[in-house]
Amino acid sequence: MGTHVIKMPDIGEGIAEVELSQWHVKVGDMVVEDQILADVMTDKAMVDIPSPVHGKVIALGGQPGEVMAVGSVLISIEVEGAGNYQAPAAATPATAPAAPESPPVAEHKPTVQAEPRPQSPAASAPATPRAAPVPRQADERPLASPAVRKRAWDAGIELRYVHGSGPAGRILHEDLDAFLNAPQDALQAPVAAYAKRIGEEQIPVIGLRRKIAQRMQDTKRRVAHFSYVEEIDVTALEELRVHLNEKWGQSRGRLTLLPFLVRAMVVALRDFPQINARYDDEAQVITRLGAVHVGIATQSDDGLKVPVLRHAEAGSLWSNASEIARLATAARTNKATRDELMGSTITLTSLGALGGIASTPVINAPEVAIVGVNRIVERPMVIKGQIVIRKMMNLSSSFDHRVVDGMDAAQFIQAIRGLLEQPASLFVE
Amino acid sequence: MQTLNTTLLIIGGGPGGYVAAIRAGQLGIPTILVEGQALGGTCLNIGCIPSKALIHVAEQFHQTHKHSQHSNLGIKVQAPSLDISQSVSWKDGIVDRLTTGVATLLKKHKVEVVHGWAKVIDGKTVEVESAGVRIQCEHLLLATGSESIELPMLPIGGPIISSTEALAPRALPKHLIVVGAGYIGLELGIAYRKLGVEVSVVEARERILPTYDAELTAPVAESLKTLGMKVYLQHSVESYDQATQTLQVRTADGHPVPMAADQVLVAVGRRPRTRGFNLEILDLKMNGSAIATDNRCLTSMRNVWAIGDLTGEPMLAHRAMAQGEMVAELIAGKRREFSPAAIAAVCFTDPELVVAGTTPEAAQQAGLDCIVAQFPFAANGRSMTLESKSGFVRVVARRDNHLILGWQAVGVGVSELSTAFAQSLEMGATLEDIAGTIHAHPTLGEAVQEAALRALGHALHL
Repeated sequence: MGTHVIKMPDIGEGIAEVELSQWHVKVGDMVVEDQILADVMTDKAMVDIPSPVHGKVIALGGQPGEVMAVGSVLISIEVEGAGNYQAPAAATPATAPAAPESPPVAEHKPTVQAEPRPQSPAASAPATPRAAPVPRQADERPLASPAVRKRAWDAGIELRYVHGSGPAGRILHEDLDAFLNAPQDALQAPVAAYAKRIGEEQIPVIGLRRKIAQRMQDTKRRVAHFSYVEEIDVTALEELRVHLNEKWGQSRGRLTLLPFLVRAMVVALRDFPQINARYDDEAQVITRLGAVHVGIATQSDDGLKVPVLRHAEAGSLWSNASEIARLATAARTNKATRDELMGSTITLTSLGALGGIASTPVINAPEVAIVGVNRIVERPMVIKGQIVIRKMMNLSSSFDHRVVDGMDAAQFIQAIRGLLEQPASLFVE
Repeated sequence: MQTLNTTLLIIGGGPGGYVAAIRAGQLGIPTILVEGQALGGTCLNIGCIPSKALIHVAEQFHQTHKHSQHSNLGIKVQAPSLDISQSVSWKDGIVDRLTTGVATLLKKHKVEVVHGWAKVIDGKTVEVESAGVRIQCEHLLLATGSESIELPMLPIGGPIISSTEALAPRALPKHLIVVGAGYIGLELGIAYRKLGVEVSVVEARERILPTYDAELTAPVAESLKTLGMKVYLQHSVESYDQATQTLQVRTADGHPVPMAADQVLVAVGRRPRTRGFNLEILDLKMNGSAIATDNRCLTSMRNVWAIGDLTGEPMLAHRAMAQGEMVAELIAGKRREFSPAAIAAVCFTDPELVVAGTTPEAAQQAGLDCIVAQFPFAANGRSMTLESKSGFVRVVARRDNHLILGWQAVGVGVSELSTAFAQSLEMGATLEDIAGTIHAHPTLGEAVQEAALRALGHALHL
């Protein structure tokens, strides 16, 4: 005696589920070939399921009204002979359904059922040659050649999600291609408007990026950042800058805002020596410096670099301007020397047109201050009861609050503001 | 002390370490390799290679000796004599050529080799005092291999030797006792026997090559008998008295037995080399006596990797090499994992023995329904022409889909079948794949095809 299992057939409408409407038999009934066993309902039609075999019903796979997956066991019938179902040996990874069988609705002849399998050939004895793909259990190792595995790793694909169409469920290159090209979850999802992207790229954090990451993290962890934002009316300064560029632009080179800012910092720092300093927190020593070496934060293709404008206090507007331009080019083209990239006492960071309205710059430790420049915008301002259009720019600065008090920091920025709003005072000794 | 900076620092220049270094060099990763003894590690200097050289000498000597007495092949020669120092220097020549080759390859791939003992300072710093350098790295790869296990009652020295001394004999002993019937003890014991030494083997467990099944090891046990080696199973060693040249042994039921021997080879296994380079300081997670790693050879500390024997069984050079290659690629940012279908293991005993993948026993324990079939070399023509009649090829395959899970073989020259075995397992071959591949005649490989055919129920030559 064997067991013949009938599975919920694929009725051919591309559906995954079928509702079991009614049983025409019950457990213990004898059935004959072609006898109707059950009615099932798809969203389109009611379908009869006839028996392909003679035998006794030994189990029903569901209750009327139950929605069953295509391929799940509908009914088990005890038959003469081997049947089409072999009880799984303990833990044999072959319990999952085999390749889709011919649906009984399509063919009523019992002979179309999968060929009877040998019950249990003795160990080491001849076995029937048969190697249909058997689906893998969830915890089973995917079967794929080393070349396929490597390709999957490189593409970021987990092989256990890939259907293997080869012998014994082996995953072939074609299966990988199909997986890569297939829209994910084709059954549920409507056609996506945009292609889904899969895979991920791991970028090792090395070289300059690693240095930047370390420095930033270290600074943020150790330094008590205190940020201060003030707005500055740069209308007069811009007029002066435009004027100077018109008059001297050809002969001395064009000026950006940066050399004016550098000049303002240099002048303001005379009264705030505690801000042009380096704080060695391990030795607990603050070193105040006479020279103002201004670090100019510069974006390069590799990442952030800070070349240093040396002795900014001794440079003229134009000499500082040309030095800043030279350093920026050197940093961007990777030509900046080691010396040009170290020794700053305070840092200036500007994103130019991308400056935004405020930022919270990270101090270039062991310095104690960084001045950030935001974008210049024209804004309606109230001056002496009149609304006038002024060119306004914010300065966003950070200070090491461990050694710079808030009052000093604020006064320092106010001093810069005063100098920039009255640009003539920049040049009065 | 000079400080060197590098991306990858490898401790140990054995098969794992040097392969990792070469691959890292190919991928453009700045790499420094620290080696305390000789490049090539145990494998090239005191393991795989020298033992195979000695086995070759022993086999040639043994064959010539056989012909001088009675030759089925009709070869008439005088009884041979042996200049063992010449044999050893021939072996040394091979080792030299290979280790020099490794040095050349490392140089070609711009790997800096620092000679001296490494001392781990932290997960990113290693000192090599004798070379006067301190090395800072981003990735630390531990590839320190393994060392012979010593027995406390038989400390190495004088007549008590380890495999290292056994591979560089100055003179041959009269009577050698090998303690341990694992593959190292048997390979060397058989070689010494073929060189004319009286050899006895003492093993605490109930059979030789205890990690392999009885069916597979039976032809080896038979061969030991034919060669005139005495095997004492379930015997334990007690002590060695140098004055009387006697090894005290105890039988399974506790009777003391004195055994005469002028040399005792201790070959009771190997253990991961975790000591002697301050590794303790990293406090890495252990797996018994080995360093615990995940399937990418990463230890419990970030960017500290471990490969090869240091990570435990199976202690095989080819496993270490594959892991070393993989770690280099991981460091280069590729996605990899160590997931081979099988790692073949070979014993160069007489006859040789190969296993790859699942054994029948393991399959049964895992609850897998399997077909097991074997094909004897007695029915293989090539085998007969090699004067060999014993041994077989055995295949283990799943009954439901015929996927091959494992291969085992024992017989003369079967070590070379390991290639076919590993390949079929990695490619996910089924019995039909092997049965449908034409295997050249007359070769030992035909037995591989026949084993698959037999599993399918239609072996041709049986």
